[in-house]
Amino acid sequence: MPQTPPTAASTLDQSTLDHSTLGHPTAAAIGFFLLFVAITLAITWWAARRTRSAREFYAAGRSISPLQNGLALAGDYMSAASFLGIAGLVALKGYDGMIYATGWLVGWPALLFLVAEPLRNLGKYTFADVVAFRLRQAPVRIAAAIGGILTVLFYTIAQMVGSGNLVKLMFGIPYEWAVAIVGSVMLLYVLFGGMIATTWVQITKAVLLLFGVTLLTGLVLARFHWSPAALYHAVADGYGQAALEPGGLVTSPLDAVSLGLALMLGLLGLPHILMRFYTVPDARAARTSVLYATGFIGYFYVIIPIVGFGAAALVGREVIGGIDKGGNMAAPLLAEKLGGEVFLGFIAAVAFATILAVVAGLTLAGASALSHDVYVHVVRGGAADEREQMRVARWATVVFGVLAVLLGVLFKGQNVAFMVGLAFAIACSANFPALLLSIVWRRFTTRGAVASILTGALLTVVLIVLSPTVWVDLLKNETAPFPLRNPAIVSMTAAFLVGIVVSLLGREERAEAMFEDEKLRTYLGVGAE
Amino acid sequence: MSDAGGVDVRRVLDSPDFRRLVTRRWTISLLLTAALFVAYYGFILLVALDKELLARKIGAVTTLGIPIAVAVIVVAWVLTALYVAWANRAYDRAVDELKKELGS
Repeated sequence: MPQTPPTAASTLDQSTLDHSTLGHPTAAAIGFFLLFVAITLAITWWAARRTRSAREFYAAGRSISPLQNGLALAGDYMSAASFLGIAGLVALKGYDGMIYATGWLVGWPALLFLVAEPLRNLGKYTFADVVAFRLRQAPVRIAAAIGGILTVLFYTIAQMVGSGNLVKLMFGIPYEWAVAIVGSVMLLYVLFGGMIATTWVQITKAVLLLFGVTLLTGLVLARFHWSPAALYHAVADGYGQAALEPGGLVTSPLDAVSLGLALMLGLLGLPHILMRFYTVPDARAARTSVLYATGFIGYFYVIIPIVGFGAAALVGREVIGGIDKGGNMAAPLLAEKLGGEVFLGFIAAVAFATILAVVAGLTLAGASALSHDVYVHVVRGGAADEREQMRVARWATVVFGVLAVLLGVLFKGQNVAFMVGLAFAIACSANFPALLLSIVWRRFTTRGAVASILTGALLTVVLIVLSPTVWVDLLKNETAPFPLRNPAIVSMTAAFLVGIVVSLLGREERAEAMFEDEKLRTYLGVGAE
Repeated sequence: MSDAGGVDVRRVLDSPDFRRLVTRRWTISLLLTAALFVAYYGFILLVALDKELLARKIGAVTTLGIPIAVAVIVVAWVLTALYVAWANRAYDRAVDELKKELGS
């Protein structure tokens, strides 16, 4: 993505900034935030009494309804980056922001068509359960945990650094404090309430976010006689017709398709999303929950450009770009303009809540890879009783939570915008090919799975470092050895090829025999957890 | 899994009904995936290769690109709904019948 041209501070409309309470903790913002924390901690207290077994800790006792799971999936996916980031992108770049928004939705149907139901039927708590189902446990679990943890870690770093910056911008509290608050509150959710609390925190946040963005959209449209055409007219008057036309976002078709692949198929390898399918009773509920999730997320991405265009027309690009050159403050500034200090406080609190909830989901996914995949299945060979499993799960949660806070502090001030892209690229290259092949291909072997996952993970990281995103933008070299900004088209293809070729080089009789029996479970749900 | 009634399990696995169900499930999945790819990557390639088309005005200032971007999202949701509608009716019914044969 091209860099936003930095707006000179001198061109700022200073009077608008002076009137804004952005960056100062207002009573409304703190009040709404404390209310959210109080409600979610009450949920956690309620959930803690229902979290006694590993099944409850990792999978909410498989008691979540399709509508609830649909909201929780949407909550996991609609991060602060998509809410604030895409509104800002549309405000500053116009139509290009809309192109970006579409990419975030199209993974959901693919997730349903290719993996959701088999995943639910074959697995227990993690996607590695599915990959390792008929292969040798130890090597596959370790490889899958590497792919899963790398994905979750990069995603978490992006969220933590983003949250520190956002909270600093919105509430004016120091970066380290913001990171520490996010880290400790979300640890309380996960540690005591496990998946039950994490799910209900996601649901609460998803409802608040959808409500806030709907209200914001309504207030914008009300200013334009409920006519989007009138809104576009105001945008074109201010910033020229170019704001409504495709601009510089997509230049090379290959780069565009590669980014599209990562966004679409990366979803099919995100551990914290895949984990949600184990919280519903059966494959049918998993299927229906994707329909709800796609509806909520689709609605969100259809209305968020109106918020972005509204911010451009009513607040102005100079003011938005002056406060934060990525445009992240477009939605909060618009909220203040249309609904005053109280609405700004509400939107700021929702953004904070969004970060908390997403980091909680990521922590649970990271912890489950450490405890369920590595400790229980590799170290203990699958023989750990309930008490031991729960103890290890909680320790893994603490380890991952502390790691998240430390990484957040370590990466302070770094440009981590590429890290979400990196997380999606690893997810679609390391996790997705092995997951799909293990479901559909009889001849898939342990060696094939391990080789595919490691190839995908390693190649993605190396190619991202050699790409213009890191090599030129971050390391300030002249030209990049690898031309694509997103390597998915190369790294995912390589992971599939390596997985197939290595599997064909040797046979695994036991895995092939199990494939037939497994079909009953994959397609009919017989024997599913 | 095959602990109880191994014979029934084999019979269901080898039955034409079961095989047809699995084939149909993947045919429908892959057709819908293909439709999704055409809609999304078609849009992306249009952005990359034919910006003029998307920039064409369909109102005073509104460009053709805006309804097309919204349409990609709507199409993605409709494809999801089509799959769920098929699976909830046809697929689940076939699953229930096969499960009956297993005596479970």
